[in-house]
Amino acid sequence: MSQELDNLLENASKAISQSVDLASLDSVRVAYLGKKGEITARLKNLGQISAELRPAAGQSINQIKLKIQGLLEARKSFINDQLITDKLSSETVDITLPGRGLKSGALHPVTLTMNRIQKMFAKLGFDTAEGPEVEDDFHNFEALNIPAHHPARAMHDTFYFGDGRLLRTHTSPVQIRVLEHQAPPVRIIAPGKVFRCDSDITHTPMFHQVEGLLIDVNVSFADLKGTLEEFLKLFFEQDDLKTRFRPSYFPFTEPSMEADIGCVMCAGSGCRVCGQSGWIEVLGCGMVHPEVFRHTGIDNDKFTGYAFGLGIERLAMMRYGVNDLRLFFENDLRFLQQFS
Amino acid sequence: MKISENWLREWVDPPIDSKSLVEQLTMAGLEVETVEPASSKLEKVIVGEVLAVEPHPDADKLSLCQVSDGAITLQVICGAGNVRQGLKVVFAQVGATLPGLKIKKAKIRGVESHGMLCSASELEIAETSNGIFELPADAPTGTCIYDYLALNDNLIEIDLTPNRGDCLSVAGIAREVSAINSVELNQIPCKTIKETIKDDFAVDLLATEACPHYVGRIIKNIDATAQTPLWIQEKLRRSGLRPISPVVDVTNFVMMELGQPMHGFDFDKLEGGIRVRWARAGEKLTLLDQTDFVCRSDSLVIADHRKAVALAGIMGGLDSSVQAETRNVFLEAAFFAPLEMAGKARSYGMHTDSSHRFERGVDPDLQVKAMHRATELLLDIVGGEAGPLTDAVFPGSMPARPSVNLRYARIKRLLGIEISKGEVEKILESLNMLLEEQEQGWIVVPPSYRFDINIEADLIEEVGRLVGYNNIPGSKEAAHASMESFSETRLEVNEIRAVLVTQGYYEAVTYSFVSPEIQAILDPQQKVLALSNPISADMSVMRSRLLPGLVQALQHNINRQQQRVRLFETGLCFIPKSGGLLQTRHIAALISGSRENEGWHSRSEAVDFYDIKGSLESILKLSDRQNYDFVPTTNPVLHPGQGADVIYKNEKIGFIGALHPTIVPKLDLTQPVFVFELELAPILESKLPKFVEMSKFPSIRRDIALTVDADVNVQLLINCIYSIKNEILKEVFVFDVYTGKELRNNRKSVALGLILQDFSRTLVDEDVDKLVSKILKQLKKQYNAILREN
Repeated sequence: MSQELDNLLENASKAISQSVDLASLDSVRVAYLGKKGEITARLKNLGQISAELRPAAGQSINQIKLKIQGLLEARKSFINDQLITDKLSSETVDITLPGRGLKSGALHPVTLTMNRIQKMFAKLGFDTAEGPEVEDDFHNFEALNIPAHHPARAMHDTFYFGDGRLLRTHTSPVQIRVLEHQAPPVRIIAPGKVFRCDSDITHTPMFHQVEGLLIDVNVSFADLKGTLEEFLKLFFEQDDLKTRFRPSYFPFTEPSMEADIGCVMCAGSGCRVCGQSGWIEVLGCGMVHPEVFRHTGIDNDKFTGYAFGLGIERLAMMRYGVNDLRLFFENDLRFLQQFS
Repeated sequence: MKISENWLREWVDPPIDSKSLVEQLTMAGLEVETVEPASSKLEKVIVGEVLAVEPHPDADKLSLCQVSDGAITLQVICGAGNVRQGLKVVFAQVGATLPGLKIKKAKIRGVESHGMLCSASELEIAETSNGIFELPADAPTGTCIYDYLALNDNLIEIDLTPNRGDCLSVAGIAREVSAINSVELNQIPCKTIKETIKDDFAVDLLATEACPHYVGRIIKNIDATAQTPLWIQEKLRRSGLRPISPVVDVTNFVMMELGQPMHGFDFDKLEGGIRVRWARAGEKLTLLDQTDFVCRSDSLVIADHRKAVALAGIMGGLDSSVQAETRNVFLEAAFFAPLEMAGKARSYGMHTDSSHRFERGVDPDLQVKAMHRATELLLDIVGGEAGPLTDAVFPGSMPARPSVNLRYARIKRLLGIEISKGEVEKILESLNMLLEEQEQGWIVVPPSYRFDINIEADLIEEVGRLVGYNNIPGSKEAAHASMESFSETRLEVNEIRAVLVTQGYYEAVTYSFVSPEIQAILDPQQKVLALSNPISADMSVMRSRLLPGLVQALQHNINRQQQRVRLFETGLCFIPKSGGLLQTRHIAALISGSRENEGWHSRSEAVDFYDIKGSLESILKLSDRQNYDFVPTTNPVLHPGQGADVIYKNEKIGFIGALHPTIVPKLDLTQPVFVFELELAPILESKLPKFVEMSKFPSIRRDIALTVDADVNVQLLINCIYSIKNEILKEVFVFDVYTGKELRNNRKSVALGLILQDFSRTLVDEDVDKLVSKILKQLKKQYNAILREN
C-alpha cells in the first residue's frame, strides 16, 4: 500500500514537473485530485478497508494528497511566473524609437523676446498697449516734438502713403495714443513693428521695438536708469553685465540718453560685432519732454515721466547669437526650429 | 563729423591720452563712432627731390627719374604725368611698406627702379589723387614723411545728434572738451584784417526772416593759381574734405575750424550788388555740381542785380564760381535761420556740409570773426588787397537769446540726485552760460551758438551731462507692484499661439508690405493701400491678409527641400474703407506637404482639409466655441469643394480651405496648400465657465445610420437634430461617413451617435424610441435622410 502510494506520488510529481502550461497542469490535477482522479478514487475506496486500518490508510492518502496539492501550487506559480516573464519579454519595445504624435513647433524669436520683456515689466505694473502701424504725422512726429523739417526726421527714413499717413518709424506714437485717453499715473509697455525705408546687411525695412512709458508724481532720471540697469542684467541673466548711459538726443525726451552694454560677444575686449569699442548700444531713453506733456494736456509741474525704446531684434541677436538680422524675416524652418 | 585729434589739441589740450579723450566725448553725448590713425607708420618713406627726368627708353608713359634721398641719388621709374625736375616728392625707398604694398627693387621694362614716387591715395591720406603727391619746395629732403606731415594723429569720427550743431567744428568740440576737463581753451588768435582798398559791394537783405545777417568783402588782385599750404590741405584731408583751390580750401577750413560755412564768388561775374531774396518759381540756376536747378518760390537764393548766383546756404552757382583765372573775389559769411533751412536741402534731394550746419544752427555772432579769419588766411596764400566789410544785419530777425528759468529744486526732481548750487553754477558757467541768481534758482542765458537750450529741462540735461550720467546712481523708487487683473473672458494671443505651437506649427513674422501681384492673387477683389516710396516693387503694398507673406515663406522653405511646412502668423492687416483704414489683427495658418514627419510608425500621407480644420478647431475650442459655424464659401481663393467661411455670431470672420488649384501654380507652387485666416478679435472672446448640474442617472447611446444625398453637409443633419428641442438629448456626434459604389444615386451614408439622459429618472426604451422616431421623421422631411437597413 505505502509502496503503491509512493509510486503514485512519484508519478504525480513527474507529471507535474513535466507540465509546461496551466492547461496540462490542470489535467494532471484532474487525473489525481479530480472527481475521478486517482487520489479521489482511493479516498472513496477507504470504506472497503477495515475499520482498524482505515484511519492510518486515510491519513497516508491525505498526506499524499496534500503533497500533490503542494506540488501543483508550486508548479502553478512557477508556470505563472514563466508566463509573465515571457509576456514581458515578448512585449519589450525599442525604447529609443521616437514617440508617436505631432511634435511641437516654436514661437518666433521676436515673440519670445517680446514676451519675456513684457513679463519682466508686468511685474513692475506695466500694462501692454498697442497702436496702429499706419500712423499719422501728428502721432509719429508732431506730438513727439518733431515738427516738419526737424533734422531728426532725416534720421527716420520714413515710408509714406502720399496722403499724410505713414508707417510708424518707432513705437513712441503709442505714448501719445495712450496719454490721449489715460490720465496719469501711466505705466505701459508697447511692443510692435516699426518701419524704416532702409535695407542692407544690418537694416531690414521692418523691425520690432518695445516702448516703455511711466508717468507719475515723482519719477526721476535716476529711476529710469536704475530700472533699465536692472532690466538689462535680468534680460541677459548676467549679474555683472556692464552698462553705461550716454547723453543722447531724442526730441521727445529731455534729458535723453542711450544705454550701452558691455559687448556680450567679446566681453568688452573689442570685436566685429561691437565695432572694436567693447560696447553695444541697446536702447534709447529719457525723461518725457515738456512738449509731449503739453500735446497731451498733462501738467508737467505735477507729473514727471520717463520713456524708453528697445530694439527687439538687436536684443534677440545678442541673446541667441544670431548673426544676421535678415534671418528674422525669412521664416526659414531651419532657423525657426532652433527656438523650439 | 570727422576731426583730427592734433587739430583739436591745438585748441584745447587736457592732460589725458587719446583713449580717455574719446571716451569723454562719447560720455558727453558726442558719440565717437570710430578712431583711426591718420596714417600707417610709413617707414622708409621720405621727402625726395627729383633731380632729373628723362623718358623711359622702352615705354611712352613712364619716366626715368633721378631722385635724391638727401644723401645719394637713385634711379626711380615713375608713371605720373606731373613728375618734373626740381619737384619735392614722397619717395618710398626700397624696403618701405605702404598700405597693402611692399617696395622692392624692380626692373620695369628692362630698367631698374629703386623705389617708388607716391600719390596721396597710395599713402592712404586721400581717397583719390591725380598724379604723385607734390610737396612744397621747402620740404627738407630726406625727412620721414610721417614726421613731415605730422601723421602721428588720430581721426575721430563723431556721430553728432541733430541738436548739437554747435559742435560741427573744431572750436565747438574744443569748447566741450574744455568744459568737461575744466581746461582753458587756447584761443587761436583771430586778427581783425583792416581794409587796404575802398572797394565794397552793396548787400540787400530782402528775405530777412531767412537771412538776417550777411557779411561780405571784396578781395582784389589775387593769384588764384597759388598753392594751398600743406598744413591747410592736411587739416582738410583729415576732416574728410578734398583740397581743391585756395579760395575753396580757405572757406572750407574756416567752416571746419569755426563752424561758419562761407562762399567765395568771382567778383567780376557779379553785377550791381548782392540781394538775398526768395526765388521766383521757375528761376534757373546752374550749381557748382553742374546740375541745372529750377527754383521754387520758397527757395532762398543769393542773387546779384541780374540773377540768382547761389542757392543760399546750400551750394554756390557755377557761373560765378572762383576759377584759376579769377582775379577778384567776393567772400560771403552769412547767417541763415535754421527754421527756414530745415529740410530745404533734403527737399531738393541735396545735402552739403553747408546745409548740414545751417539747418542745425550756425552761431549768429560768428560771421564777422569768420570773415576776418578767412581774409587773413587767404591774403597769405593768394595775396591781394581786402576791401571793407559789408555787414548787413536786420536785428529784428536775429535769433533771440532765450532767458531760461532754472529752478534749483527741479534739478533734483528730474535727475533724482542732489547737486549743490555751486556745482550747478560751475557747470553752466563752464558752458559759457550767463547766470543771474534769483529766488528759486537762476535765470540762464545760453551762448548764441546753443540753439538747443530753450527750456528748463534742456539746462537740467546739461547739468546731468557734465556731472556724468554714469555718476547718477540708479534707483527704482518709481516702480511699484500692483495687483494685476486677469480677465477670464478674454484670451491672450499667447494662449492661441501656444496651441498652434503644440500642434507643430512654427510662428512666422513676415513683412507688413508685400508684392502687389501676390497680394492680388490671394485677395483679388481687395483695394490695397500702396506706399509712395517702397523699398522695392515687391514690397510696395500693405497686406490685406497675412496669406501673401505666409505663402512666400512656404515658397522659401519648399525651395530648401522642406517636405512638411506648418506656419502661422498673427499681425495687422490693412483694409482701406471709405473714410479711413481698418487696421485689423489677423491670425493665419498654412500647412502643406506631409501630415507628419516621415517616421517609423507613420506613412507619409499628405495633409488635407481636415488637418487644417482640426488645428483651427483646437484654437476655437479655447474661446466661445458654441458660436462658430463653417459654411460653404464662394471665396475665389479657395477650392470650391474644400473651403468654408468661418461665421461667428452671424458675422463672417474668416475662411478656411485648400487654395484654389488654379491659384497654386500662380504662386510657383505645385502641391496643395491648406490655410485659414481669421480676424483675431472675435476669437479672443471667451466665456466664463458656468457650472451645470450633472445627472445622477445613466445615459443611453443610440446610433442611427442614414443615407442622404452626397451634397448634404453633416452639420445640417446635426443642426436639424438639435433643433428638435428635447430635454433628454444631450449630444449628437458623427462617427462614420461613407461614400461607395453600392450607395446608388449619389448618396452617402452617415452614422450618428445620440447620447440621451434625463435628470430625474433612468430612461426606458420607450422614451428613446419616441425621440428617435421624431428625429428620423424630421431628417427625412428636411433632408430626405433615410434610415439604413442593415
